[in-house]
Amino acid sequence: MKNLVILGAGSAGTMMSNHLIKKLPKNWKITVVDKDKVHYYQPGFLFLPFDIYTEDQVKKPKKKFVPKGINYIEESIDRVSAEENLVYLESGQKLSFDVLIVATGSQIAPGEIDGMQGSGWHKDVFDFYTFEGSKNLRDYLRTWQGGKMVVHITEMPIKCPVAPLEFAFLADSYFKKKGMREKVEITYVTPLSGAFTKPTATKKLNYLLDEKNINIVSDFNVMQVDNENKKLVSYDDMKVPYDLLVTVPTNMGDTCIERSGLGDDLNFVPTNHHTLQSLEHNNIFVIGDATNVPASKAGSVAHFQAEVLTENILNFIQDKPLVPGFDGHANCFIETGNNKGMLIDFNYTQEPVDGTFPIPGIGPLKLLKESWFNHLGKMAFRWIYWNMLLKSIPIPFVKPKMSLKGKNIKTN
Amino acid sequence: MEKVIAGKTINVNEEGYLLDFDQWDKSIAEQIAIEEGIGELTDRHWAVVTWLQEQEKNKVALTIRKLGKSGVTDIKEFYALFPGGPLKKATKIAGIKKPVGCI
Ligand SMILES: Cc1cc2nc3c(=O)[nH]c(=O)nc-3n(C[C@H](O)[C@H](O)[C@H](O)COP(=O)(O)OP(=O)(O)OC[C@H]3O[C@@H](n4cnc5c(N)ncnc54)[C@H](O)[C@@H]3O)c2cc1C
Repeated sequence: MKNLVILGAGSAGTMMSNHLIKKLPKNWKITVVDKDKVHYYQPGFLFLPFDIYTEDQVKKPKKKFVPKGINYIEESIDRVSAEENLVYLESGQKLSFDVLIVATGSQIAPGEIDGMQGSGWHKDVFDFYTFEGSKNLRDYLRTWQGGKMVVHITEMPIKCPVAPLEFAFLADSYFKKKGMREKVEITYVTPLSGAFTKPTATKKLNYLLDEKNINIVSDFNVMQVDNENKKLVSYDDMKVPYDLLVTVPTNMGDTCIERSGLGDDLNFVPTNHHTLQSLEHNNIFVIGDATNVPASKAGSVAHFQAEVLTENILNFIQDKPLVPGFDGHANCFIETGNNKGMLIDFNYTQEPVDGTFPIPGIGPLKLLKESWFNHLGKMAFRWIYWNMLLKSIPIPFVKPKMSLKGKNIKTN
Repeated sequence: MEKVIAGKTINVNEEGYLLDFDQWDKSIAEQIAIEEGIGELTDRHWAVVTWLQEQEKNKVALTIRKLGKSGVTDIKEFYALFPGGPLKKATKIAGIKKPVGCI
């Protein structure tokens, strides 16, 4: 018997187990390890604070999605020894592997910034990247009387990089609906050079900030959260005051990656951008948020990667060359508030542009443009996630490699 | 589009970032530094610029954190060297792409 071990049963690990159970030869045993009983629909953490989704809509038991025939272990991973081809679990149990897939994702690390997890944490300083953060923020918002709301990105990369901007848009709608928009000042604070940084998106979307009356502070690299004076302080001593801080803390790979000596300075695993093989160990592959590839950290990306990685695992065990099949393809809905949404489709080299998707010239979805239909797409994504993505059922018309058809590409 | 920098015609994007690193040289960096209000480049500036170019060559995504841990400089000095958007300005001077988000 040969052993394939998957670390993590989140979006990517679950997709890989569903692919591989059907494709791996019978003499392979698949083991999946995850510490958590609950599978969270993380995109729902954006909606929970505004009472758009309920708690039950964003969580289901993990086991339900891991297929039969897989050896599923519910435990914490301590570390990997790539030299011994062994995974050490916290209980002391060891798992040996012939092939390892790392799918341990990315987590928030608020401890990286002085004061972020201080006396205000989950009192007037919230994250919405965890279930607890998102739920606590919902409870806080239900009775909040208004003031300065600051929506903040600590540093890049973060998973779902548009989520904080969507949060600001949804906050605008939420307070309008509650009849208290004039009591809330919304400021968006980013370490990047603007809310939008790519040329086409900047041109087409900057109106959104004016329309929704969202202030923007750019090039802001936070050094400290001053809980007492309720201010974000940057390295060059700029200060942004808040009454309510909604921050996206530093995102990092799990600490088990650090203990294994497999990660970079943010515990992301150096990975071949196109084959998804680890750069250091031939029999280790990496997928989803755990990699250091310069693609967006998103569920849709994990879905596209899963198809390529499945092919490459099969190539690897048959001593065939790996295919450089992953092009950085991401396909993300962006909620813009007031029941409208946008869709972006892009890869490593092609920036998001306008056009139609998935059927060129027809749509029905519109790229880089607000529409009600796109909003329906975002809402349908939850169903698609639980019923198609996790089960690795292909999405009609949407291929792992990005298509240029239906896109208005400018040539210089 | 094209722009004349230090007497040479260079391909740049709308924000003035070089599109072709092969066209970069020190005189171009010096000229951009003046335009960005940095003034004359010292050895400390050059150390940062060279480090950024190496990272770009190795396709490493550039962040303030990485620079802080690089051993080349710390974040406070980086700000002092390139005030007001250090990564944005230093990458422009280095002739490489500005760090961007996905849209
Ligand atoms: C607010 C928010 C909004 C988002 N919106 C979107 C969206 O609109 N569209 C989209 O496509 N994506 C979105 N995403 C991103 C998407 O959720 C992630 O990219 C996706 O879940 C990544 O999958 P993954 O398997 O790599 O990581 P995860 O799904 O996070 O799974 C990692 C798993 O590893 C396990 N694990 C980690 N360390 C250990 C350990 N030491 N021992 C045992 N188990 C361990 C964890 O328990 C977890 O189950 C959003 C994310 C957030 C936070």
